Amino acid sequence: MSPAVASSGSAAEKVAELQARIRGMQRTRVDSHGLPTAPEIASLLGGPLRAGSAYSVPDSVALATAMMAAPSAAGVWCAVVGMPSFGVEAAAAAGVDLERLVFVPDPGDQWLTVTAAVADVVGVVVAVPPARVAPAEVSRLGARLRGKGSTLIALGDWPQSEATLRVSGSEWVGLDAGSGHLQARRVTVTVNARAGAGRPRSASLFLPDADGRLRRAERVPAAWQSPASVPLREQSPAAVPQREPQPLQQPEPHEPQVAPLRALVS
Amino acid sequence: MTAVSGATPTRTLIVWCPDWPIAAWCREMGAGALSSEGSTIALVERGEVFACSLPARAAGVRRGLRVREAQSRCSELIVEAYDPAVDARAFEPIILALEEVVPGIQVLRAGMCAIRAQGPSRYYGGEQSAGELLIDTLARFGIHDARIGIADGIFAAEQAARVPGTEMVRVVPAGRSAEFLAGLPVELLGRAELNPLLHQLGVHTLAQFAALDPVSVRDRFGEDGAFCHRLAAGLDGRDVTARVPPPQLDCRVEFETPLDRVDQVAFGFRQTAERFVATIAEARLVATAIRVEVHTDDGRRTGRTWLHPRWFTASDVLDRVRWQLQGGHGIDAGLAAPVVSVSVSPESVDRALNHEDGLWGGGPDESIHHGFSRVQSMLGHEGVVTAVLTGGRLLSSRSVLVPWGDLPPGGEKELARRRQLPWPGSVPGPLPSTVFEAPVPVLVRDAGGRLVDVDGRGILTGEPVVFAAGIGERSGGSGEHPVRSWSGPWPLSERWWEDGARSINRFQLVDALGRAWLLILAEHEWWAEALYD
Repeated sequence: MSPAVASSGSAAEKVAELQARIRGMQRTRVDSHGLPTAPEIASLLGGPLRAGSAYSVPDSVALATAMMAAPSAAGVWCAVVGMPSFGVEAAAAAGVDLERLVFVPDPGDQWLTVTAAVADVVGVVVAVPPARVAPAEVSRLGARLRGKGSTLIALGDWPQSEATLRVSGSEWVGLDAGSGHLQARRVTVTVNARAGAGRPRSASLFLPDADGRLRRAERVPAAWQSPASVPLREQSPAAVPQREPQPLQQPEPHEPQVAPLRALVS
Repeated sequence: MTAVSGATPTRTLIVWCPDWPIAAWCREMGAGALSSEGSTIALVERGEVFACSLPARAAGVRRGLRVREAQSRCSELIVEAYDPAVDARAFEPIILALEEVVPGIQVLRAGMCAIRAQGPSRYYGGEQSAGELLIDTLARFGIHDARIGIADGIFAAEQAARVPGTEMVRVVPAGRSAEFLAGLPVELLGRAELNPLLHQLGVHTLAQFAALDPVSVRDRFGEDGAFCHRLAAGLDGRDVTARVPPPQLDCRVEFETPLDRVDQVAFGFRQTAERFVATIAEARLVATAIRVEVHTDDGRRTGRTWLHPRWFTASDVLDRVRWQLQGGHGIDAGLAAPVVSVSVSPESVDRALNHEDGLWGGGPDESIHHGFSRVQSMLGHEGVVTAVLTGGRLLSSRSVLVPWGDLPPGGEKELARRRQLPWPGSVPGPLPSTVFEAPVPVLVRDAGGRLVDVDGRGILTGEPVVFAAGIGERSGGSGEHPVRSWSGPWPLSERWWEDGARSINRFQLVDALGRAWLLILAEHEWWAEALYD
């Protein structure tokens, strides 16, 4: 973030750049290091997930899980607070290591105490905040997070969040009127950084793709465009683990899926 | 080999409690439960009877019988699983009581122990009276059918104790053990592979076996055969090696006035917990598993074993006592019956050396454990869980939640095995990110406004057009929505071979908000199993 970059550009760009500089200077903590982050998320946030910050993901458990996956795979302990119906298998498929994932399904009326105690020891906490949280409590938890360098992903609105990630325009691939099965979802994820920290960024992502992971959807693999090869799986080594084709309980799994696919691609 | 060739047999006293597994099981069940004299009980191991009570034996039940066969011989047979830990646990206080009367006891197995006869017989004025004293000691513990055999060597004494009859103490005079053993069958040596061979050779009694040439026996049957040969000749060279009594590590607290509140009991137990951990620490040990037993006013006893991923500190012990008492209720909840006493004993210990902190504290996992233990003491044992994937048809049964610090039920291996099974009917494609604990009622209607259903042939009565769910406030979507796309029915028959059988149909459905649902149609009612959000 060098000041010399502002050689050309309009006033708006200048403002954005200055705001970025201010934001950079506000983060005065020396050890506010970045967590390992999936490249799709990092490009949306304009950098990695920051240790000691809070992120708000109001409407998608899958997105919160995807944000947790990269740190978890890199050896960070994660916790899920207040979500008794968290899809464990989907999390495992998304790349979360269950060996280092701990659940507090029902914190009861001690949400703040429990979340703070958990945040003391783990790197990433995914939590559903209660409908009303007092501003003082938000600040206390925020201070606790900064002190311990752990990241909160709040499944709901969180006043002091570093960024809010919203999912819009869900388009499911693979399901038709009466046939097919869900294969992947194409969504637009929009990131609003904290007030005055730049314009919202958005990207089109597959959440989840056929392997249950997060994937960029800008460029649709050529294979998808030919009606003959429908399986939504990129032929790249990144698409591990390769799941075996599953025995389906449906009449014709392939044929009717062509139409929605094409609609998406065009 | 424990044999010492050439040594003269030690004069040995054997205390034998017949059918100990049954007696131990009855003791474990507590007072007021079944008695080994009155009920037909069988303990089974791997589908075969391991031990049975006297009335069961009278009804024809034998050790080694298959359970079904045993039940057909005795219809009111109570069948329970055999647990060797119970045997050992119940025998421990009896050994302690015997050790107060005679020192130097060797426990041969649970229910049988050996003592050198020389000392007690001199002290108590004869072998017969020493034996009677031990019988009296056991009677005080409610063991009325114990037998005592005194002879030269452990083997002969054991056979003397086992001779059928009503007399409690059998003494084989010194030097006449070979004579006593002579008429007994070779099966008593307990070598299954030896018996048919010896019978083929025309050797049926111990005397006949003892008469064989020792060198030929060694050549033909090896070292173990030679050892058996010496046993048969009454030349049991094994000495009684007295056990070193283990340090008393278990602690117990009695409440003069029975307490009926969890916090009172926890407070009353605090010092005992500290003493317990200190005693273990003095022995340079740490406890990695403990057993907490609670006696209540109404004569009942509840015991549970608690594991610890590292080792127990005093507050950990206290937490476990509290969790066991409250059993899912709050801290200030009343108890079913007032608590008379609480005891805690180490179930497995380890050298403290292996658990010492490093010079700069332990690893990162240690702080994680402390953090979660804190949350557990706030919310209870089941408040903090980890998830293990396993097999199953419905999504909610495909993962098991295990309390922090516990082992998964059935063990890691069993879960892994279930995970490998094919589970036909599993959901294809990516998995839903929200799996409801219990299915949530929803509505699916066709164009005519009727509830969509599946007829007896598995055909839909109409196309799903409208979908309504009472949940999903986060996406702002309760109320009715048009259906965008759907698929199904995918039939799934669960446990058709037993009572809990049910047949359900699964559907996937995307509503107008773009939310994808995994739905279940069971008994003409619609439920949401999971949500892809």
